[in-house]
Amino acid sequence: MDDRRRARATAHELARYEALFAARTRGMKSSAMREMMALTERPEVISLAGGLPDTSTFPPALYAKLMAQVAAESTARALQYGPTEGLASTVRCIVQVMAAEGAVIDPAEVIVTTGGQQVIDLVCKTLIDPGDVIVAEAPTYPGAVPTFSAYQADVEQIEMDADGMPIDALEETLDRLAAQGRRPKFIYTIPNFHNPAGVTMSLARRRRLVAVARERELLVLEDNPYGLLRYEGESLPTLYSLDAENGSSPGRGGSDMVIYLGTFSKILSPGLRLGWAVAPRAVLEKLNLGKQGGDLCSSSMTQLFVAAYFQECDWMGYIETLRALYTRRRDVMLAALAEHFQGRATWTRPQGGLFVWATLADGVDTTDLLARSEGVAFVPGRAAYVDGRSGSSSMRLNFAGVPDQDIREGIRRIGRIMGGDTGLLGTLTGAGAGAPPASAPAARTAASEPAPGEGAVAPAAAEPDTSHDENVPLADVVALPRREAQQRARRQRDL
Amino acid sequence: MTAAKRVAVLKGGGSLERTVSLRSGARAQSALGRLGYDVLAFDAGPELLAQLRESSPDVAFVALHGRDGEDGTIQGLLETIGVPYTGSGPAACMRCTDKALAKYLMREAGIPTPDFAAFKESSVKDLGVAAALGDIERRLSFPMVVKPASQGSALGVKFARSSEELPPAIVGALSYDRKVVIERYVPGRDLAVSVLDGMALPVVEAIPREEDFYNYESRYEIGMTTFVCPAELDEAATARAQELALEVYRLLGCHGVARTDLMLDERSGELLVLETNVVPGLTETSLLPLAADAAGIDFDELIERILASAFTR
Repeated sequence: MDDRRRARATAHELARYEALFAARTRGMKSSAMREMMALTERPEVISLAGGLPDTSTFPPALYAKLMAQVAAESTARALQYGPTEGLASTVRCIVQVMAAEGAVIDPAEVIVTTGGQQVIDLVCKTLIDPGDVIVAEAPTYPGAVPTFSAYQADVEQIEMDADGMPIDALEETLDRLAAQGRRPKFIYTIPNFHNPAGVTMSLARRRRLVAVARERELLVLEDNPYGLLRYEGESLPTLYSLDAENGSSPGRGGSDMVIYLGTFSKILSPGLRLGWAVAPRAVLEKLNLGKQGGDLCSSSMTQLFVAAYFQECDWMGYIETLRALYTRRRDVMLAALAEHFQGRATWTRPQGGLFVWATLADGVDTTDLLARSEGVAFVPGRAAYVDGRSGSSSMRLNFAGVPDQDIREGIRRIGRIMGGDTGLLGTLTGAGAGAPPASAPAARTAASEPAPGEGAVAPAAAEPDTSHDENVPLADVVALPRREAQQRARRQRDL
Repeated sequence: MTAAKRVAVLKGGGSLERTVSLRSGARAQSALGRLGYDVLAFDAGPELLAQLRESSPDVAFVALHGRDGEDGTIQGLLETIGVPYTGSGPAACMRCTDKALAKYLMREAGIPTPDFAAFKESSVKDLGVAAALGDIERRLSFPMVVKPASQGSALGVKFARSSEELPPAIVGALSYDRKVVIERYVPGRDLAVSVLDGMALPVVEAIPREEDFYNYESRYEIGMTTFVCPAELDEAATARAQELALEVYRLLGCHGVARTDLMLDERSGELLVLETNVVPGLTETSLLPLAADAAGIDFDELIERILASAFTR
């Protein structure tokens, strides 16, 4: 009868657990979208949905050698707990990566984390009480959405354009919040090759963002997983280093307002689960305490692997390999988009990173498209919005982790389904073959235009114009949806 | 107790409700194990029929939701290979899964169901459905509920609040099925009555916490919806809901188990049948186990009784 009693208990599990769950679990949702994503894990499906780098490019023999070396030389350490802030040898690697990003940091301001994702979690854990405000970009990193929700943050998303987050719009939001007596705890931004939007924040906006943060005493969480994966154009300074220039000890790190998030996931391997934060001391201490409660320390084994890799190998050379590969794949995707999406969608042309963001005709819901799509997957735009509703006509497409022929075939398949959908809509509304996206101008073939280095001073204006920034491509990225009404006025001021 | 010893639980598959089905299947498996059966579990895929022929189970427990599992396909195939199975037969599955067909049958039989229109995707072009949208609007008035004709778990269900929202909602719903049902929206209380062995179980009311309506998220997340069972209804309404569920069960030819979803119209107090599900969910948040429990039937007994239905056809 014992089994019977247990069965009886399972029938009651719904009510039994519900009473035990914390209020914050109400913000943790599964979704129809994720349900559909589960379907796309089948082998016959071409997935452009992942956030994956291509780990097949890492030499197997090298991996074996490094693992053997760690095993032989550091057995006890590799098998042991490590300090919460990370092993010193790993931190030295991080200092090198940061230097390659153009940032000088003090090793004492680093904490090694379990992937970059843990930084987002720790920052929320440290700063966010239920109802606190986080300002993020729209769209934002889909992986941050469940974290923000879990901490019951009130997220204000700011619609981006080709140059990233418009700082005027940010200030308007901050003013509006201030009028309500609310001050955001932090501003979350991905300045380089945004995930999912594919855009890069201009230098002018970076400077203004840092100035706004200092002026208003707001923290900025700078999420920079792909900074070194630039395929064209000039590198731009990190928000961290721009802020440090104004800091108390210029030249020796010491940003006051920027928490920097870095990771080995995209430049080496996500399987290592190693990332880091560089943060002002006071914040760092709290992050450290938070991490102690979270997982004590990140894996010693993978930290030693990274240390051995940096010591033994040409890590920048490997990034070069990835850059060459991803540049080609990006171009394959852009060519496929031009062939199969032309006139029916707009898309961004990323200067680096892993993703293209495509926006279809208004009224086409990409979550539905995913249901219709046979044999191809992508991330529906809604995943990048905290309300779960906006962004419904957009999609994120990964090119980095997908072989050329699959990129071509995947885009072709999406184009085919999309064609059916817009055709159907057109027939129902009497609009012929379906209207192109209302808010976005026809996709420029950006490849044929010179890439302006930094936003404001692009030399190659599309047409002569004395207002110098009105018709100039601000970055060689095609348009994201823009709020037309405010656009002109804002453009004049915003740079 | 049946003589069957070897039970094949069929779950998963390639439908959009795959993960829900995996959860239903896993719970059925554990229960069958506790009941002393020899349990085989199959994630439905290209090898399924070969696996079934090879393992020759005494009976198949169908825990597949959605396409192929609930629409009569697997039921017909199981009959072809001679494996008894739980629940409704192919024809009943087809009648229930196609919401348009079910609603036409209900209307003919005088069972109240919200007024609706239905058409196939091909007719949008081939017959020029656009010309009839105005009539649909006048007849059903806004807001309307636009549903794929054969999809469970509220997947693809949309609200259209205006003439502008209707065409995209139709296109969206047609992504999930080749046929769409556009239904008059009934504001009111969301009820479900499960029928087990021809007996109506207590009425369950689902009260969503936040969303517009009882959507996918709240259906499968513990804590997203408050379930009340037995629902707080007066005796007459309870009896009427159960009677309707039984009528629909018989009308559509269901067997063993089925769950009928109803709306209690908050304006007229009328009960209206929305649809009937032939393979009701068995997850922790599903309504059938909840209703059975309220009737004093624990989960293992529920599973055993569903299993027995395979031999009473």
